[in-house]
Amino acid sequence: MSTREKVGWGIGGLLIIVYCLFPIAWIVSLSFKSSADISNGEFLPTTATSENYDTILTGDAAELFLPALRNSFGICLIATALACLLAMFAAYAIARLDFRGKKLILSTALAVAIFPVISIVTPLFNLWREIGLYDTWLGLILPYLSLTLPISIWTLSAFFREIPWEMEQAAQVDGATPWQAFRKVIVPLAAPGVFTTAIIAFFLAWNDFVYGISLTSTSASRPVPAALGLFTGASQFESPTGPIAAAAVIVTIPVVVLVLIFQRRIVAGLTNGAVKG
Amino acid sequence: MTAIQDRPAAPTAPKHAASDKSRSEARLAWMLAGPAFAVMLLVTAYPILQAFYESLFDYRLTDPANRSFTGLTNYGVILTDPVWWDAFGVTVLITVVTVAVELVLGFALALVMVQALKGLRPVLRAAILIPYAVITVVSAFAWQFAFAPDSGFVNSWFSFLGVAPDTDWFGSPGSAIFVICLAEIWKTTPFISLLLLAGLAQVPEVLQEAAKVDGATWWQRMRKVTIPNMKAAIMVALLFRTLDAFRVFDSVYVMTAGANGTEVLSFLAYRQTIARLEIGLGSAVSVLLFISVVLICALFVKGFKVDLSQARGE
Repeated sequence: MSTREKVGWGIGGLLIIVYCLFPIAWIVSLSFKSSADISNGEFLPTTATSENYDTILTGDAAELFLPALRNSFGICLIATALACLLAMFAAYAIARLDFRGKKLILSTALAVAIFPVISIVTPLFNLWREIGLYDTWLGLILPYLSLTLPISIWTLSAFFREIPWEMEQAAQVDGATPWQAFRKVIVPLAAPGVFTTAIIAFFLAWNDFVYGISLTSTSASRPVPAALGLFTGASQFESPTGPIAAAAVIVTIPVVVLVLIFQRRIVAGLTNGAVKG
Repeated sequence: MTAIQDRPAAPTAPKHAASDKSRSEARLAWMLAGPAFAVMLLVTAYPILQAFYESLFDYRLTDPANRSFTGLTNYGVILTDPVWWDAFGVTVLITVVTVAVELVLGFALALVMVQALKGLRPVLRAAILIPYAVITVVSAFAWQFAFAPDSGFVNSWFSFLGVAPDTDWFGSPGSAIFVICLAEIWKTTPFISLLLLAGLAQVPEVLQEAAKVDGATWWQRMRKVTIPNMKAAIMVALLFRTLDAFRVFDSVYVMTAGANGTEVLSFLAYRQTIARLEIGLGSAVSVLLFISVVLICALFVKGFKVDLSQARGE
C-alpha cells in the first residue's frame, strides 16, 4: 500500500469511529445539561451539571428508574443463564452426536429467531393475566427465552464444532478419569464459547422493549427500556429529556464495558454462527 | 453434565452393535437437546396457535360477556381497512430504505475494516460493536432528542441548508420516517458490516491476485470476483436484516408513537391488543404479521435461493 492509500483508509477508519460514537457522545453530553440548558440548540452543555443523575438516582425519578434497573439485571441474567444451560446440552448433541433431527432443531432455532416478537405478545398478554404471570419476573423470563435461546443454540453449536474433542480420549488414555478428562480438558476449551454466547444472549434480552412494555404494569417487574419509554408520559417533571438521557447513559455503560473487554470474542461469536461455510 | 460421560462403549459385535449404538446415541442426543427444543416450541409455536384461535373470535377484554365466534371476519375487517394498508406501506417503506442503505454502507464499513492498519483494527471492532449493543430505545431517544426542536442541535447545525430553527421533524410522515430510518440504520449497519466482513474473508485471495495480474481494475475485481464469491454472505445478511426491519417497533414507539402517518404493523398489533384490549382483532393482526414474515422468508429462500444451511453453519 502506498502512503496515500494508507492515509485514505486511516481516514475511513476514523470516520467509522465518529459514526459509531457520535450519538453516544450526544446522549452523554445531553445528560449533563441542566433543564434550562436543554434547549440551547448546541451539542455541548453550557455548563455541565449532574442534576439529571441526581433526579434518577436519588430524586423524583428514582422510584421509577432504580427498580427497573434491578428488574432488568435480574430478569436478563436469569434468562441468559437458563438459555445458556439449555443450549449447552443441545449444542453438545448437535456438535458431537450423530442423530436425525439435528436439522430440525437448528431450523426451529432459526424460525424462532426470526419470529415477530409482537405476534407472541397478544396471546401471552391474555394468558399471563389468566394464570397470574402478568407483571412478574417469571412472566418476562419465559418469553425472553424466545430471544436468548435460538441465538445461544446457534452460536454454541458453531463453537462446539471447533473443539478438538479427541483430546478428551487422549487424556483418558493417559490415565485421567472421564470426569477429570471432562473438567481439565473440555471445560477450559468450551468455556470461552459459552461465555461469549452468554454475552450475546444478554445483549438481546437487555435490548428487549416489546415484552417489557406489554407484559408489565408496575415497578414489580418493569425493565429499563420500558421504564424509559414511560418516562415521558408517566412522570411529573417539566421536561423528562435530561433524566431520560442520564438513565440512557447508565444502561449503556454495562454494554460498552462488555464490548470493550470482549470485542474480539463477540465478533467471532456473531459471525461464526451466522456465516461459516 | 453427567450425561456426557455416558457415551456408549466400543462395540463388540460390529454389525448389531452399530445400530444399537446409533439408536442409543440418538436417544442421548434427544435427551440433551429435547429440553431446549421443547422450550422453543413452548414460547413461540404455542402462543402463535393460541393467537390464531383467538383471532377467530369477536372479543374485547372490556366486554368479555359478548365474546362470540366469528370465523375469519376479523381478517376481512383488517384487510379491507386502510389503517392496515397504511401501516403495511410504512413498514415496507422503512424496510426497503433501511436495508438498501445498510447494505451499501455496511459493505463500505467492511471494506475499510479489511484495509485498516493492524493497530487500528481492535479499536474499529470495539467502536462498531457499540451501536449493535446499545439498546434500541436508547438509540431512538438519542436521535429523537437530536432532531427535536426543543432539545436538539440539528436544526441549528443545518440552518445553513435552510432548515428553520423550529422545524418539527416528527410532525409530518416524510421527515418523521426519515429520522426513524436514520436511527435504525445507525443501530443495525454494524451488524451487517460484521457479517459482510466475515464473507469478505472467504473470498479466495488467489482469485484476487489472478484478476490483478490480468489487469482488472479495482471496480472490475469488486464486481466479478469479490461480490459473486460472497453472494451467500450478502444474502444471509439481507434476509436477517429484512426480517428484523419488518418488525420495527421500538424506534417508532419512542419517536412518534405511530402518530402522523408513521404507524407500522408491529405498532398496530400492539395498539389493538394492549391499548384497546381488542384481543380478537389484535390476534388477527399478529397472525397476519407472522404470515408476512413467513412469506418474506419463503421469498428469499425460493426466489433468491438463499441457502439457509449456510446460515446455520452446517
